[in-house]
Amino acid sequence: MVLFTLRRLIQSLFVLLAVSVVVFFAVYAVGDPIELLVSPEATVEARAATIARLGLDQPIWQQYFTFLERALHGDLGTSFVHGIPAIELIVQRMPATFELVVVAITLTCVIGIPLGLVAGLYRDRPLGRGIMATSVLGFSLPNFWQGMMLILLFAVWLGWLPASGRGDTVSVLGVPLSILTADGWSHVIMPAVNLALANIALVLRLTATGVSEAQTQEYVKFARAKGVKPGRIVRRHILRNILIPVVTVVGMEFGSLIAYSTITETVFAWPGMGKLLIDSVYQLDRPVVVAYVMLVTLIFVIVNFVVDVLYAALDPRVQLVAPSH
Amino acid sequence: MIVSRFCLATLSALLGLAAGAHAQSLTIALASEPTAMDPHYHQATPNNAMASQIFETLVAQDAKMSLIPGLAASWKTRDDTTWEFKLQQGVQFSNGQPLTPQDVIFTFCRTMNNEESIAGSYKAIVQKFADVQAPDAHTLIIKTRKPYPLLPNDLTRMGIIWNGIVEHGPITFDLEKKCGVTGDWPRVADFNNGKHAIGTGPYKLKSYVKGSGIEVERNDNYWGEKPEWRSVKFLPVPNAGPRLTGLLAGDFDVVESPAARDVQRIKDTPGFGYVVTPSVRIVYFQADVGRDNSPFVKAANGKNPLQDVRVRRAISMAIDRQTIVDRIMDGMAMPANQFLPDGMFGTLPHPPQLTYDPAQAKKLLAEAGYPDGFELTLSSTNDRYINDGQITQAVAQYLSRVGIKTKVDAMTRSVYFPKRAKREFSFSMGGWSSETGEASSFLQYWVTSFAPELGLGTSNYGRYSNPELDRIFRQAVTTVDDTQREKLLQQALTLTLADLPSIPLHFESSIWAFRKGLTYEGRADQYTLASSVKSVP
Repeated sequence: MVLFTLRRLIQSLFVLLAVSVVVFFAVYAVGDPIELLVSPEATVEARAATIARLGLDQPIWQQYFTFLERALHGDLGTSFVHGIPAIELIVQRMPATFELVVVAITLTCVIGIPLGLVAGLYRDRPLGRGIMATSVLGFSLPNFWQGMMLILLFAVWLGWLPASGRGDTVSVLGVPLSILTADGWSHVIMPAVNLALANIALVLRLTATGVSEAQTQEYVKFARAKGVKPGRIVRRHILRNILIPVVTVVGMEFGSLIAYSTITETVFAWPGMGKLLIDSVYQLDRPVVVAYVMLVTLIFVIVNFVVDVLYAALDPRVQLVAPSH
Repeated sequence: MIVSRFCLATLSALLGLAAGAHAQSLTIALASEPTAMDPHYHQATPNNAMASQIFETLVAQDAKMSLIPGLAASWKTRDDTTWEFKLQQGVQFSNGQPLTPQDVIFTFCRTMNNEESIAGSYKAIVQKFADVQAPDAHTLIIKTRKPYPLLPNDLTRMGIIWNGIVEHGPITFDLEKKCGVTGDWPRVADFNNGKHAIGTGPYKLKSYVKGSGIEVERNDNYWGEKPEWRSVKFLPVPNAGPRLTGLLAGDFDVVESPAARDVQRIKDTPGFGYVVTPSVRIVYFQADVGRDNSPFVKAANGKNPLQDVRVRRAISMAIDRQTIVDRIMDGMAMPANQFLPDGMFGTLPHPPQLTYDPAQAKKLLAEAGYPDGFELTLSSTNDRYINDGQITQAVAQYLSRVGIKTKVDAMTRSVYFPKRAKREFSFSMGGWSSETGEASSFLQYWVTSFAPELGLGTSNYGRYSNPELDRIFRQAVTTVDDTQREKLLQQALTLTLADLPSIPLHFESSIWAFRKGLTYEGRADQYTLASSVKSVP
């Protein structure tokens, strides 16, 4: 376990380095942020001072090494646009995104897995077929359109839920959380459903396929012949075996929802991180874009790590470190 | 009977109370968010608008951008380089401290020592001061190095901050001695967290979380007319779709710039209203006239046809501005005949009409030696101005009708603006809000010869240069007499419109939509101000 963790840590450092190079130079290639920031009304000196302060007068490789040196000291740079540390800007928005994604992923699991189980067990009956057919809608309807329809239905016509924004928050250890208030829930539920729909469909289909495959396996037949109760067969023999791909997918989706739930955040005006990334790309706010992508990479690395550990817990055959010969 | 009446009274009182509580708060959806709460950090419209609710300026602008008294009750020139400003009586900051001339001097000094800020015009303003004196508690004498008639206009964007936010000795306008400031200069972060956000404006900052919203509360120490709303929330909702649905769902009371195509929908839905106000933001195309070889224009004779004034006039005549306004802008714009709406200071009372005349355009092109036209690429943004991409398409089609073979290259602003600054275009879209509310602003940055060290022609990417115009302009901006200056500006504008280095299209209109029971006084500067939202009885 220790060796595994250590190896992963070293790997991820290289990944982070590579990502920082790619993003840093890519944003540089788009254009000069000074033209977007500085007003034509500024004096030559004021303009030069701003360029110098942002380090944009240096050659790009030097800018990169300055960045790297500071990054090693834990400073990922200061936002060109906002003038405050990029990391602070991102972290301010993190709780909103995290709680949205946690609700969405929970919905995905508690709806997707049971429905998939039912669809797989009864795949030749109308119930199973119906579930499978409906699930196609889940990932074929565009996210943006789904969101607008949800808003029209529940907020504009029925007036049950608010159309946008985040509800009242309660501070828990300094972190503002909205899922502890009723108002917060009324705001989070629609965007969470919007984020979850495609994932529910994905997990559902994955589970259903796994279940119908597992049902024909020798060990299931044997268990059935042995007289094991159907419920126990589903829980112990089928579900446990099919969970590995499901856990992988849920893990990856968790990561990508945190990083890139931009569309949902835009439709519901949810004050999360995804919108920050888009804004920063538009404004060529390089420190924020680089810090963001590095942070997201880190999240993916962690999620992958957790997924691998879960594998080992789910399947005793999986070993985290290959045994040495 | 008595009991039930009593109940009814209590009930209605309660209801009234509830309605009252609701009526005191307001939620406004903003199309673009300010980047800081520091009034001197970044000179952008959203920043200026938000700052003007918390901080006030010596001179203010009304909804039509005419100058009105702000923290200065009156001002006058003693001679060409000496200005006297009389401060309002009894003004207090939100913390109860009185406003003094020292606060104003401190503000001037701060803008000169504001290292974290993104370069704006503040330094350019204060650099023109030779000295600032405060002979008594309500008078401020500003001596300028040269005659500086635009001083009151330029002061409309400089929010006055309280000098108590830093450690200081006696404050004087002595830039070399840091004006008496002994501590660190205030930082943007301290304005954002509210510590330094102490102003004299109708509202005071309660909380600011970037990307999530800004909350302000009524400033009970406000010296002017108390605003109607006790607390106001500004939420950034950059996408027009969610802004509209949020309004219709009742989440927002007021929304900034709904899409023009949605205005009909708002009109047809009972319970909502809107207001359309012409703004000073003009959209135009700037022609590259400075180079014999321009990258995106190709003519058979090898010359750059854009250098010929007849070609530029032909292009202007080939464009049907009214149709663009009607069809593409849904009527929410105003065709432009000059670079600032008619009637504003320095504009022409009777500007030559830029009429649509394709036949005459063809004739002019033939006269200039291009009877078969030439090749031209129109460059523009597609996410900066209202319908910018479509406008460029339309202009390109109009130009092809008179024989100019056009291509359109529309791109995102983060790519476009750096490229334009490197002069990689030949015929490029521009947009400008004359925030001073008079004609010199556009001329200074877009028309006068490129001379950044003088602060002239900084956006003159086409490198148009007319020495006669430069001379008149420089004379205008140092002429303190208003009548004289207006005449000079009109002369400069006449020369510009004859030469058309930039071809004006239209002025964008600003739109605000709101729920029933409210009105908004639309502003030409596109500011969304909570105190301009009023409830209708």
